[in-house]
Amino acid sequence: MIPELGQFALILALLLAAAQCVLPILGASRGNAALIAVARPAVAGQAVFVVLAFGALTYAFLQQDFSVAYVAQNSNLALPWYYRFSAVWGAHEGSLLLWILILNLWSVAVAACSRHLPDAVIARVLGVLGFIAFGFLLFTILTSNPFARHLPGLADGADLNPILQDPGLIMHPPMLYTGYVGFSVAFAFAIAALLGGELDVAWVRWARPWTNVAWAFLTFGIALGSWWAYYVLGWGGWWFWDPVENASFMPWLVGTALIHSQAVTEKRGSFRAWTLLLSIFAFSLSLLGTFLVRSGVLTSVHAFASDPKRGLFILAFLGAVVGGSLLIYAIRAPKVAGGKPFKFLSRDTLLLVNNLMFACAAAMVLLGTLYPLIGDAIGAGRISVGPPYFGFMFALLMLPVACLVPFGPFFRWASADWRAAWRALRPALILAVVAAAAAKWMVPSLPLRGLVGVATALWVGAGIILYALMRWRSAPRGRRFTPEMFGMILAHFGFAIFVAGVMITEASSVESDLRFARDETKTIGGLDFRFRGVEHAQGPNYQADQGTIEVSRDGRPIATLSPQKRQYVGGGMAQTKSDIDPGLFRDVYVALGEPLQDGAWSVRVYVKPFVRWIWLGGLFMMFGGFTAAADRRFRAVAERAGIGADASTPEQHHPHPTLPLKGRA
Amino acid sequence: MIHRLIPLGVFIALVGLLGFGIWWNTHHEMTEVPSPLIGKPAPEFTLPLLYEADKTLSGKELLGTPYLLNVFGSWCPTCQYEHPILTGQIKPLGIKLIGLDWKDEPADAKRWIEQFGNPYDVVITDRDGRAGIDFGVYMAPETFLVDAQGVVRYKRIGMFTPENIRDELLPKIKELTGNNAKKGSP
Repeated sequence: MIPELGQFALILALLLAAAQCVLPILGASRGNAALIAVARPAVAGQAVFVVLAFGALTYAFLQQDFSVAYVAQNSNLALPWYYRFSAVWGAHEGSLLLWILILNLWSVAVAACSRHLPDAVIARVLGVLGFIAFGFLLFTILTSNPFARHLPGLADGADLNPILQDPGLIMHPPMLYTGYVGFSVAFAFAIAALLGGELDVAWVRWARPWTNVAWAFLTFGIALGSWWAYYVLGWGGWWFWDPVENASFMPWLVGTALIHSQAVTEKRGSFRAWTLLLSIFAFSLSLLGTFLVRSGVLTSVHAFASDPKRGLFILAFLGAVVGGSLLIYAIRAPKVAGGKPFKFLSRDTLLLVNNLMFACAAAMVLLGTLYPLIGDAIGAGRISVGPPYFGFMFALLMLPVACLVPFGPFFRWASADWRAAWRALRPALILAVVAAAAAKWMVPSLPLRGLVGVATALWVGAGIILYALMRWRSAPRGRRFTPEMFGMILAHFGFAIFVAGVMITEASSVESDLRFARDETKTIGGLDFRFRGVEHAQGPNYQADQGTIEVSRDGRPIATLSPQKRQYVGGGMAQTKSDIDPGLFRDVYVALGEPLQDGAWSVRVYVKPFVRWIWLGGLFMMFGGFTAAADRRFRAVAERAGIGADASTPEQHHPHPTLPLKGRA
Repeated sequence: MIHRLIPLGVFIALVGLLGFGIWWNTHHEMTEVPSPLIGKPAPEFTLPLLYEADKTLSGKELLGTPYLLNVFGSWCPTCQYEHPILTGQIKPLGIKLIGLDWKDEPADAKRWIEQFGNPYDVVITDRDGRAGIDFGVYMAPETFLVDAQGVVRYKRIGMFTPENIRDELLPKIKELTGNNAKKGSP
């Protein structure tokens, strides 16, 4: 009964999404207040039914209702209760429902936090969000019903894929989806602006906090995914350039370009058309990612069962959403370049370079991801490109970004005094060069990219600290750091930490596969590893061989690690569970290989310096995004926009004044 | 106006490409491409062993007993999915199972086998993928059933599932052992 109610709730949500899409947009174009007023209640109603549907599926998992096909495929009696929660989004149907739930949460947040926006604008924004929800609900109902019954019910289910049985999975998909579904809000604001013809800069200011929050969640989601892959997949790698990862990384790259271009458009009025386009692209790439992951077009090489109907549906929806938006863009986008002029040496130029680099990086990742498909299409065979291509190209594109990023805050808008910026940044450069020389002297074996990493990270990190100090000294108390600026400082500092983590880990990790006899000790990377043998261990739904390895340095014990090789009861699948002694400056990572003769085992041992910094950098960037979004300016403007032009924005240059409820221009 | 249509044009090309992808996938049932090799002698090969790189194994040495040649690689996620099926369902069939480590670093392959276990009777390496080209391998995993006379009898592209082991592989193996029995009796 409960699953049927869940399905019924989905259908009601679909109808409400249709109402949320059609009526408010119609109302906004006709100036009909009654139709406009439908928007918010429709959002609330849809959210209620989507939450009910999601609750029904969760209930089916908690109750182990194996008459529901999706539950039977992704859970079994031995599965601990907390993984039954995450099993809800462990496969296609349920994760789609999660996608819809998160879209609804964003819509509710927009509806609730937009009291100060003009009614017509919010009606269009919620209408666009309704259209997206409608598409996804229809997709779920027609092709991927999570509530489909398998009658008669099974006595026991299969199992949740063991690599998904991990605390990381409970958090990773919700955070990731919150990120890239969140770009739908910036997208909706852009489309609303195009539909309404109000292409001044007000919409950008309203969209900025939402974009920053979505970007912050996406950053967190990607970092969590990377961390999860690192300790679950048992390879010690943190990024694989796999199509599924790329699917989340492309929106991040475009999103990064977008938050910067929004800043330019809002403050200077320039890059207007570009910001519109990036808003469309960021969300389009989220949709494209959804398509790539679920259609089987690329993952078919990995032989997941896929249904061409699903692929066709998402492709049609993608065509409608993105094609439609780009068509509206072509018709409505500002015909003349607006904004204040700027000289070559200016913050505007630097942000242009930033946008260029990040857009190129996204295009590069897209090209690499689609390469097998292109190979087929031109008859060259299914060739895929791997980490060497991505790694090299990405480093190449990010190097200018890293070199220029410290100048960003020091350069003024319109026209910068490069000598002053250079004088201010000289200590950072000296520090970077000295530190790289010192690193070479201390660790002579450190390869070039390690040195480049140390230098780059210090250049970026010290550069941003110098800027923070300068603000601290020169600005009056209370006006030193706006949240927007503080967010920027945090995020740029995070970038420095990330660069340090990546470059040092890649350059100096020690990886070895060794044969250990019982009680044998070996020295790797300056640490002593003593193998204490392997014993049997029993988990809730698996059996395991558990090894014990004592790590010490010069006789001082550091950690005792217990890597496992698990055999899961349900699907008979095996899974290696590595064990890690984490540390800020190095991780010790141990995974169990195969049993050899006489109680000896092969054991994989990694010593990875600075690997945590990769995710730590991600966390800083995330906090930066949240902090910037909290700037009161973004919320205060709407009232001001009604009164008159904000001094920092060039509304007066533009034919359309910022007035609410203008209807079609 | 024209240059504002460029993004739309690029996007339409992209949709065309993705549509092609779907079409390609539905019209190329990846696991059921008839191999021109079936019914013909397996291509000749002489490849180094993974665990004793100075020794080699050739197709000629394998004549006399039917065997399964499983193409895999440590870089191939589906091979990981297929692995428990090899161990749990194919190995018990008792047929000789040869692993062909395809386009892979031997160190990675060893690590992979250590991590998941070794279902193979012997593993040979095809580092540059030449033998793979002779066999017409276009994705991993791929499995060939070769009879005692060195003739390819069956080919599976993609991972085995319990269903196609039951419906396809097992009857083929029975046929082979049946033939052998007939030959052996007179």
